[in-house]
Amino acid sequence: MSSSTVDIAPQKTIDKPPLPWSLWFRQIRAIFRLEVEKNFLGRRSILLYLLALLPIGPLVLLAPFTPPGNEWRDFNQYNMIYAIFYGGLILRTVVFFGCAWIFMNLFRGDIIDRSLHFYFLSPVRREVVVVGKYLAGLVTSVVLFCSTTIIAMLLVYLPHFYSESTRYFLDGPGLGQLLTYTSITALACIGYGAFFLVVGLFFRNPIIPALVLYGWEWLNFLMPPLLKKISVIHYLNSLVPVPVSEGPFAVVAEPTPAWIAVPSLIIVTTLVLLIASYRIRRMEIRYGSD
Amino acid sequence: MNETKAKSVSIDQDEIRIPKSEFVNSLIVFDDVSKFYGEILGVNRVNLQIAPGITSLVGPNGAGKSTLMNLMTGLLRPTRGRITILDIPTDRPEQLFQKLGYCTQFDSFPRGLTGREFISSFLLVHGYEKKKAAELTTIALERVSLLDAADRKVAAYSKGMRQRIRLAQAIAHQPAVMILDEPLNGLDPMVRSETIALFRKLASEGLHLIISSHILHEVDMMSDRVILLNNGYVVAEGNVHGVRDEMEEHPMQILIRCDKPAKLAARVFDKDHVVEARLHDDRMGLFIKTRDADRFYLLLNQVVGEGEINIESIAPVDDDLSAVYQYLIGSEGNSA
Repeated sequence: MSSSTVDIAPQKTIDKPPLPWSLWFRQIRAIFRLEVEKNFLGRRSILLYLLALLPIGPLVLLAPFTPPGNEWRDFNQYNMIYAIFYGGLILRTVVFFGCAWIFMNLFRGDIIDRSLHFYFLSPVRREVVVVGKYLAGLVTSVVLFCSTTIIAMLLVYLPHFYSESTRYFLDGPGLGQLLTYTSITALACIGYGAFFLVVGLFFRNPIIPALVLYGWEWLNFLMPPLLKKISVIHYLNSLVPVPVSEGPFAVVAEPTPAWIAVPSLIIVTTLVLLIASYRIRRMEIRYGSD
Repeated sequence: MNETKAKSVSIDQDEIRIPKSEFVNSLIVFDDVSKFYGEILGVNRVNLQIAPGITSLVGPNGAGKSTLMNLMTGLLRPTRGRITILDIPTDRPEQLFQKLGYCTQFDSFPRGLTGREFISSFLLVHGYEKKKAAELTTIALERVSLLDAADRKVAAYSKGMRQRIRLAQAIAHQPAVMILDEPLNGLDPMVRSETIALFRKLASEGLHLIISSHILHEVDMMSDRVILLNNGYVVAEGNVHGVRDEMEEHPMQILIRCDKPAKLAARVFDKDHVVEARLHDDRMGLFIKTRDADRFYLLLNQVVGEGEINIESIAPVDDDLSAVYQYLIGSEGNSA
């Protein structure tokens, strides 16, 4: 047996320091707390509460009376009434403008208040600031608008056909529909939230791009199938439990299945947040010019 | 023996000897830095190496002091060039602000917070645990004499208190470099002198303090070196006396109080470095302008040694920051 040995020089490996996840987690938690407090208790929150109450107010007023239309006397029509109410008022107006207000102000509001440097003067990766602020906006919008979604649905059903409604929610499809609508609201907050956060970073006056998106989302029913897919509302509409006719001029397109719609929204949201992170990494603080 | 450790570099006139590698790591370096706001010049071609101690930025409004500070803290990005703070590039806030504290001029705070909450929430964002953050908060508030008002809302603070809470924010995480934009603004004389003493103490501990101020006599009193800025350019930098010595086009003015000023004038006037000798109005003193103060002082020693003239006092008249400012920038400086 040969006694010779071959020396294998130990390969040099460059040890990269591990990513400081626990530090990032603590920083995100600290930013999240400050931002949630600001979102719920700051002076800008008044408009949010008014928006969240917008669909509930009329329903509370209508609760003691049965509205004049025949559809209000037929319990079977109630799922359609709520579907129209949800799609037209809650999703396209309250959630849309609520998210615009919350997420655009996450950075733009701090720039206007001249307090963004508070975060920029800390040893925090700016991407961590984006995540902390986005999560705070998301929790705020989900809590407010999911509550609106749930309360509004209960207010449509319960005051008029109490016993049928109770059965509908406890033994029928009502609870499933309620959860689906709530999930759609949460998904809308995720998608619109990311979009408006980026808009707040790129535009000094974010109202204009917000209105452009509002128009795009409203006119979505007129668009060819390919363009429909470049919108948030198309994916959300694909998920609603009770489809609503979009009128005689609507271009009909196949709804996107939930297993594509939900991941697509989340992937697009992630991409948009990456753009936000890139933008904030290069951002300068020049309050004078804002 | 470690050669690197044996090598040393002297900084300025301070005669501080630090091993070379540590010396490079302890500098704030501007390498050909320019900043333009569109067409407007912020600062241009700044090359600086700032050693530990108190360095003051002095210049009129719009000279580029705040731009330079915002560049150092990464709030602005240079159009050209590179800045490193203790070897850390300014585009890495996660590393930079472990070592750096910035007391800005931005007089705005997150709403609804008390002074204590403001500092502790800032430290929590740093990533400190709650207990450590609370501890550091108390130390910082104590250092700026704001402990009594710590639990009042920042919104209810006076201007001076808001200034102090910003200072507390800058020092709370015990940084090695502090950048202080007009830190004495709004402070009453008592707190002002306490704050200057605090700066001196921090500088003696080896910290960097970069201070902008327009109160020239205070800058003169506390600074180890100054950087004079005008229209976005660094017009002079270094120890005030060193800068003054290099200004050959402005001979040094010295007032000599003595019993025979006329005789002294006759004695010194034939020297080539003395360019002017003028009797004081009360005829008990003599103003001298000289191109070489050191030679003049040697001459005075000689005169004193001869015993003919009794000299009461010798005082440089324009060997201070106000004079340097006036000569280089052209106004008194208090509006700067």
